[in-house]
Amino acid sequence: MSSLPGWKRIPIGAVITEPGSSLKYKTGDWRVMRPIIDQEKCVRCRTCWVFCPDGAIMEVKKPYRTKAGREYDVSYEINYDYCKGCGICAHECPVKAITMVEEVK
Amino acid sequence: MAKLLKAQRMALSTNYAVAYAVKMVDVDVIAAYPITPQTHVVEKLAEFIANGELNAEMIHVESEHSALSAVIGAAAIGARTFTATSAQGLEFMHEITHIASGMRLPIVMSVATRALSAPISIWCDYSDIMNVRDASWIIYFTSRAQETFDTIIQAYKVAENEKVLLPVMVAYDGFITSHTYEPVDLPDEEEVRKFVPKKVTWYTLNPKKPVTMGPVGPPDWYYEFKYQQVVAFENSLPVIKQVNDEFAKWFGRKYDVIELYMMDDAEIALVSYGSVVGTIRETIDELRKEGIKVGLLNLRLFRPFPVEDIKKYLSKVPIVGILDRAISYGAPYGGPAYTDIASVFYHERERPMLVNFIIGIGQRTILPDDIKFIAKKLKEYLERKHVPHKPIFVGVRE
Amino acid sequence: MKSYFKSLKDLPIEEYFVSGHRLCAGCLAGMIMRHLTKVAGPNTIIVNATGCLEVATTIYPYTAWRIPWIHVAFENAASVASGIEAAIKILKKKGVIREEERINVIAVAGDGGTYDIGFQALSGMLERGHKVMYVLYDNEAYMNTGIQRSGGTPLYAWTTTTPVGKVWKGEMRPKKPIAEIVAAHKIPYVATANPAYVIDMVNKFKRGLEVEGPAFIHVIQPCVAGWRIDSARSVEIARLAVLTGMWINYEIDHGEFKVTTRVPKRKPVKEYLRLQGRFRHLTDKDIEEIQEFVNKEVERINKLVGEEVIGPVVE
Repeated sequence: MSSLPGWKRIPIGAVITEPGSSLKYKTGDWRVMRPIIDQEKCVRCRTCWVFCPDGAIMEVKKPYRTKAGREYDVSYEINYDYCKGCGICAHECPVKAITMVEEVK
Repeated sequence: MAKLLKAQRMALSTNYAVAYAVKMVDVDVIAAYPITPQTHVVEKLAEFIANGELNAEMIHVESEHSALSAVIGAAAIGARTFTATSAQGLEFMHEITHIASGMRLPIVMSVATRALSAPISIWCDYSDIMNVRDASWIIYFTSRAQETFDTIIQAYKVAENEKVLLPVMVAYDGFITSHTYEPVDLPDEEEVRKFVPKKVTWYTLNPKKPVTMGPVGPPDWYYEFKYQQVVAFENSLPVIKQVNDEFAKWFGRKYDVIELYMMDDAEIALVSYGSVVGTIRETIDELRKEGIKVGLLNLRLFRPFPVEDIKKYLSKVPIVGILDRAISYGAPYGGPAYTDIASVFYHERERPMLVNFIIGIGQRTILPDDIKFIAKKLKEYLERKHVPHKPIFVGVRE
Repeated sequence: MKSYFKSLKDLPIEEYFVSGHRLCAGCLAGMIMRHLTKVAGPNTIIVNATGCLEVATTIYPYTAWRIPWIHVAFENAASVASGIEAAIKILKKKGVIREEERINVIAVAGDGGTYDIGFQALSGMLERGHKVMYVLYDNEAYMNTGIQRSGGTPLYAWTTTTPVGKVWKGEMRPKKPIAEIVAAHKIPYVATANPAYVIDMVNKFKRGLEVEGPAFIHVIQPCVAGWRIDSARSVEIARLAVLTGMWINYEIDHGEFKVTTRVPKRKPVKEYLRLQGRFRHLTDKDIEEIQEFVNKEVERINKLVGEEVIGPVVE
């Protein structure tokens, strides 16, 4: 039979007591295309982070210095565990710093 | 601040008695929509709030569906809640009754039972309450103002019990019971509040401890939650009896899940619920004078069905007439209570003969002569050792 | 218009609506909820009606919500929210909840749960004046059950219950003017918003939470599956809705009407329509009809405001 917990062990009334438990469900395998952020081109405008419907773009406190000498104190990184490959980030990026490539395993 | 009432005797209709009981338990949120014959319950509560005698929020909802929905929202925050309805209103909120119990919220609702449309009827029968018997609510049937007042108070204690956490309906005859004035002994309001102290024993929406309530239950999970409700019902019967006992100790009035009248030596038992039990009791006195040994079993608790009590008091009686005030269309042999009692006895070695009588549909008057007719018919069946295999519809014109 | 947020940098970093939900790839309902919950913060209770958002974000035992959240049924988000709001009020009066504690109550529903089945409950809540913000995410059909038409489906849109065939050519009626109907209840704040215009949208969320009575925010939400669009272009399509005048961002703050996104040069509607598969069957005549409809509406709005806030079509 199933290894899922039985009626004695789960909270009554179908109440989910762990906030944000969906983080355990990795939607990354939905992807057919994957976005790649070019840190050199990215101007840290936040647009991709704002529009991602899945919160799959993380704003991380990773300072970065481009080859041209521009300095940033944050970087944006795709969380490939959840990214569904919708392509909004690549389409909306004002400097075309994100490209969609085929997802190959 | 509202002044608490002192113990006193008042002449109250059952509808008003319900309102007093709800006031005395210090309800927090009331949301109800008017429908005959429930209207007075909510009007009285509005009066209490308007006069500063009850500190509660009344939401003037635009329908019964919204009434029960609003009350679910309030209960989900940990508030003590109340709603009331009848017939069409109960049907309109029907969808939500299953949700209230599925979400395990201790809501209390009074139902002034009324016949369901069509044709439209504002008068009493139990078709409305029978239509929600599978909604996983605890259901009490009361027949007197004092009893209803007392049962509403007990309902909160049962509903909010950690082992139960199921919503409770207290049903009584529309018009016949709801509108009749009887003397009611009101206890000290402070004592009532001590009897049902407020303790939030259920999950609530609280920013400090966020939960998600009412998610999707896929096939891998739904069954387990429904089984939890089955277990809650199993837990509820001993809790109901325990609360009956505690109430008796505190307020001196003892109730049980069934009420007996002259059952000790009865050869013929009449089982029923609602105000008709009063008529039955009086008629039994007359029948006894004629030498017919009739007794009454008043069914006060319908869900969970009091199986052991029914078995205990009916198994040795030769013949039992079950008087249902609702029709279960297309059912195999009879009305709702009959079907439940037949189930109880199916597996028993000792079982009475069972006959179903359908009475009082759409508030068709039930006279002592009707009860005599029923008792005499049962006597006849007992002598012939044969019962009809379909219900007898008492009072319908050919 | 109140300007609480001035740029994308002002948006809080904390996520209260997290990844792992099962909304379609490119579904802006997810993005709208991320920002709604950022604006509202953790002292918020969400009441969600049945629909795409509810079903995709709370499949037991997974929940994408990190704040208190409740779903009861399809048509009663507004009634449940009313009950919660009333309970908070009385529990504060009885000292069970601290008076100073600020708890936002937000009802979130789709066009199904608002225009149609939820309309009664919504009207009741507005009429009673509960301090609840109602956010309508409008994807213009009953998407969760498979793209059936709703009162919010626009003229000529293909849906499964208004399909395109020999006799029918999609939805026969224009959108029910839900925001105007809500505004007729004379509540303190009504606004229309668009996820492509994020700053405008979040400022409206914030304002809605501030006012002393009911607030209603109508947000258009392009649907990848139902509108038959390229998921990558969902924001672009939302933007085109405004740029063509098919969607007008406005607010009615205590009765004062204001268009919050000016469009000096309007694009022709065909630029919006041709990107959507649900309008693929439209003839040039149909498109012209829709253009006329929009022109009239734009004229009406400009007259109402007393200024040309939405300009003429420029090819």
